[in-house]
Amino acid sequence: MSVHVYGVRHHGPGSARALVRALEDLRPDVILVEGPPEADGLVGLAGHEDLRPPVALLAYPADVAGSADGDRSRASFWPFAVFSPEWQALRYAAANGVPLRFCDLPASYRFAQSEDKQPPEEPLDAAEAEAEGQGESAEAFRQDPIAQLATAAGYEDPERWWEDVIEHRREGEPAFAAVAEAMAAVRAGESTPEYDALREAYMRQTLRAAMKEGFERIAVVCGAWHVPALTEPLPPAAHDAALLKGLPKAAVQVTWVPWTHGRLASWTGYGAGVTSPGWYHHLFTTADRPVERWLVEVAGMLREQDIPVSSAHVIEAVRLADTLAALRGRPAVGLAEASEAVRAVLCDGDDVRHELVRSKMIVGELLGEVPDETPSVPLVRDVTAQAKRLRMPQEALVKELRLDLRKPNDLARSRLLHRLRLLGVAWGRPVDSSGKGTFWESWQLAWEPEFAVDLIAASAYGTTVAQAAAGKVRDEARAADLARLTELIEACLLADLPAVQPRLIRAIYDRAALGTDVADLMAAIPALARSLRYGDVRGTGTGPLRTVLTGLATRIQLGLPGAVSGLDDDAARAMLGRIDAVTAAVGLLTEEPGLRDEWLSTLAGLVDRPDLPGLLAGRMARLLRDEGRCDADETEVRLARALTVGVPAATSAGYVEGFLSGGGLLLVHDDALLNLVDRWLTGLAGETFTQVLPLLRRTFAEYSGPERRAIGERVRNAGTRVAVAAEPAGFDADRVARIIPVLQTILSTVAAGRPAPAEEARKESVG
Amino acid sequence: MTTVAEPVLRPHAEQLYATELAALAAADDRPRPPGWLLSPQAVVTYLLGDGDTITPKYIGPRRLMEVAVATLATDRALLLLGVPGTAKTWVSEHLAAAISGDSTLLVQGTAGTPEEAIRYGWNYARLLAEGPSAEAVVPSPLMRAMRTGTIARVEELTRVPSDVQDTLITILSEKTLPIPELNDEVQAVKGFNVIATANDRDRGVNELSSALRRRFNTVVLPVPGTVDEEVDIVSRRVASLGRSLELPEVPDAMAEIRRVVTVFRELREGVTGDGRTKLKSPSGTLSTAEAISVMTSGMALAVHFGDGTVRPADVAAGIRGAVVRDPASDGVIWREYLETVARERDGWRDFYRAAREAE
Repeated sequence: MSVHVYGVRHHGPGSARALVRALEDLRPDVILVEGPPEADGLVGLAGHEDLRPPVALLAYPADVAGSADGDRSRASFWPFAVFSPEWQALRYAAANGVPLRFCDLPASYRFAQSEDKQPPEEPLDAAEAEAEGQGESAEAFRQDPIAQLATAAGYEDPERWWEDVIEHRREGEPAFAAVAEAMAAVRAGESTPEYDALREAYMRQTLRAAMKEGFERIAVVCGAWHVPALTEPLPPAAHDAALLKGLPKAAVQVTWVPWTHGRLASWTGYGAGVTSPGWYHHLFTTADRPVERWLVEVAGMLREQDIPVSSAHVIEAVRLADTLAALRGRPAVGLAEASEAVRAVLCDGDDVRHELVRSKMIVGELLGEVPDETPSVPLVRDVTAQAKRLRMPQEALVKELRLDLRKPNDLARSRLLHRLRLLGVAWGRPVDSSGKGTFWESWQLAWEPEFAVDLIAASAYGTTVAQAAAGKVRDEARAADLARLTELIEACLLADLPAVQPRLIRAIYDRAALGTDVADLMAAIPALARSLRYGDVRGTGTGPLRTVLTGLATRIQLGLPGAVSGLDDDAARAMLGRIDAVTAAVGLLTEEPGLRDEWLSTLAGLVDRPDLPGLLAGRMARLLRDEGRCDADETEVRLARALTVGVPAATSAGYVEGFLSGGGLLLVHDDALLNLVDRWLTGLAGETFTQVLPLLRRTFAEYSGPERRAIGERVRNAGTRVAVAAEPAGFDADRVARIIPVLQTILSTVAAGRPAPAEEARKESVG
Repeated sequence: MTTVAEPVLRPHAEQLYATELAALAAADDRPRPPGWLLSPQAVVTYLLGDGDTITPKYIGPRRLMEVAVATLATDRALLLLGVPGTAKTWVSEHLAAAISGDSTLLVQGTAGTPEEAIRYGWNYARLLAEGPSAEAVVPSPLMRAMRTGTIARVEELTRVPSDVQDTLITILSEKTLPIPELNDEVQAVKGFNVIATANDRDRGVNELSSALRRRFNTVVLPVPGTVDEEVDIVSRRVASLGRSLELPEVPDAMAEIRRVVTVFRELREGVTGDGRTKLKSPSGTLSTAEAISVMTSGMALAVHFGDGTVRPADVAAGIRGAVVRDPASDGVIWREYLETVARERDGWRDFYRAAREAE
């Protein structure tokens, strides 16, 4: 009986090549591979022709539906590419009918580990890992034996050391013995971390079991780091058994999922650090002259993008790569040299083109496939489980659902529907439930069979609805524009996904800083203000949101002066809506009075600018008056100035429209203003009057019938009324007179169907 | 740093660093390409320094210098690209000095560069007196470089009119320069090569024809990678410039150097140093060279009109001048930077105030 331990580099094409040769020489009768033993049942699928790498083994707890929101550590992936030694071992086993077992610590143990003992291989979102990278570097160094060997050999980059010493031995010694020896030397001075000790104990136990079963030639394929722990003589079995005894266990499900080269590159868990899967794939799949073939392929890809690259370019690139390798004293051209040559010769030093080469070739876009027989994805199960728990049958029949958000069960239903909507699964469509208050939500439910497919597609983002929705939002936030981001942040509040909020806020902040269009910035404000209010109600942390909002407001205030001049009519109208919306939004934030004050000061600084379109000037004057920043006298002076002969009639009409839009009660109550408008209107020359008439009609058409009637009546009685208003107030007759318009307003609602007399009255006065 | 006895304002690289070059040549036991004074490895060491006797001439990624040297060793021409102030000319001068011991074979590219500057001209007095002869030919720096097997430099290649640029094609591909008038040609001796520099911002002025472009390997010189790197570059250059302009030593300019570099970097990269806030970038290039000149003028201000200490006020106006190139758009960007970044930052109070006053 013999045991052969092959220490490989996860996803190392050289290791894979060497391993295939070693296995063919050895012809083992059992193969043990580092991986979750729960997946033993899935090994058979490796021979299936529809299982095409890159694929990953996915392990997740059976009770995944109950897991907390955003808890990614509750699912583990073991990705395999075609150049992964482990994958080659799987293929060898399938092709030769050799039994293959996974020998790593079962996933059931890792899921049952308490929170503080997180396994080091915990898969993370790439960007999160970036953020955590700094803190973990010391730990990573202790964990990464390759780095120590490379440093000892005088290499700055462990990847390159591996390339030189292992990967470039295309036909040389497999070097497994050398790797084992080196690892023994590296680990001699290191204590084994607790979690590694557990894993290795389990590996040894599996190995012992295989030996006991009477296999003759046992091949063990594991990360190079574990080789010393698995070489004979093995420590006493009792010690390992004691270590593993009493470990908590959790029920686990395992399946194959498709993977991509892009994810291999960004992955931080098992076999991390493959920054160039496309290059490795190339190294593994080409028979000879890898550099020449690579450069020819790069040239082909660039030509497809309409970038002219000739064979002469490729020749020069090969020469430069060779010279560089010689200059650097390396045995053969590696990815670094090939990339430099591509950049300097094929890309003319252009970073954009080189980035294209990186994403399309060095990382690659290969997508794996899994056969239909693969067990179903956890996301689908989670949706089914949640729907069952919340008593929401997945029926195709359209059904109305009214939810009272004060009830926990209804709130959970609402969350589920909102999350599914974020995933693009529109099981429920929100129906307007106006007049029911904010505690009510109405939905129209209809389950379509295609949703199952959508969910499988979405399962790439996570194993539960909450995780997947959060993942999808994160993904979308990367490319979304400001308006979409603010929509997303509102949607996340509704779907109760606080975990992604910081990222969205960050993205909004970044986009806002780069946004040169003040209009876009202003469009973002209302949704943010609502989120802030609503978020406060829900008790989620909105501190960062507030910072973003303040930053946005500052930028808008700086940019507004440049954005309001030189606008044509349509643009001015759009800007009017935005100014109104921002004013309403800052008014909503009662806790931030400073914000409102600054905004109004900005408007006050602009209102008298002569190049302002009349519409905006009028609107600003009105807003300042309504918000109490200008008193009646000041406003009157302003309006009077805008309605004098020195101002073109069209500008004046715009001013009136801006000033009076959004409700005519002002004219009903403020005689002085009414007088001003009246005097201006009656003083217009006939021709000018026809010019401004459409504008005026538009302004007045916005008012409700009763308002128009009231205004009309006031104008008809103008002589007497104004005279009365001019007298000092204080006796009953005047106060009664003030009540009358209100009474008229109330009473006239009864007769809303009739053609309003005010209409005629207005025409009269206008005519 | 080595000093020279001659009181010239700016000695050539091979004069200034003669001792370093000699030391490298003495210790260099690696094979040298034909016509080279040093091996490629030694040239890279000369450029990047060895942390001991060899001072670094270029502070930046090693791989760029390796690619540049390897390119020249493969007898391909080298095109150095970059925004203004990224040490393109500086690198080409030192490459020529290290490889050929002569950095003076230089063609300065301008909109008015004639073909004669690249090929050859005629001594008309002689031409008229003796008729066409080899003696009447006035060789261009390129022709001389071809004869002697040394490196020729072409500065600002994209400024040169396209038809003149294309005269380089024969030289670079055939390595010969025909003189049809004499039915003769000059064949390049081994060791000849061309280093051209071109400005990134000039793209499209006189874009190289693809035939010419193909003869060059391109190396893009980036702006410095980290704050510390850039502070290092600026303080080295400011110190040496200050010495040659004979300004008195200014002891505590470090804080302001760091500030200038920080402002330039943040605006150039469009993000604050801590990566938390994104910013708009102004239209100017804000190169390291500009940071150096802002610092030198700040020091001159401090020395001649102040108390000798460089204060925020001495650099604020200079920074504003460098940032605000286009008063309309850059002005807003600069104010935004002041209000959202400078105002909040610890220890930047004085600078913020000075910059507001400089508005």
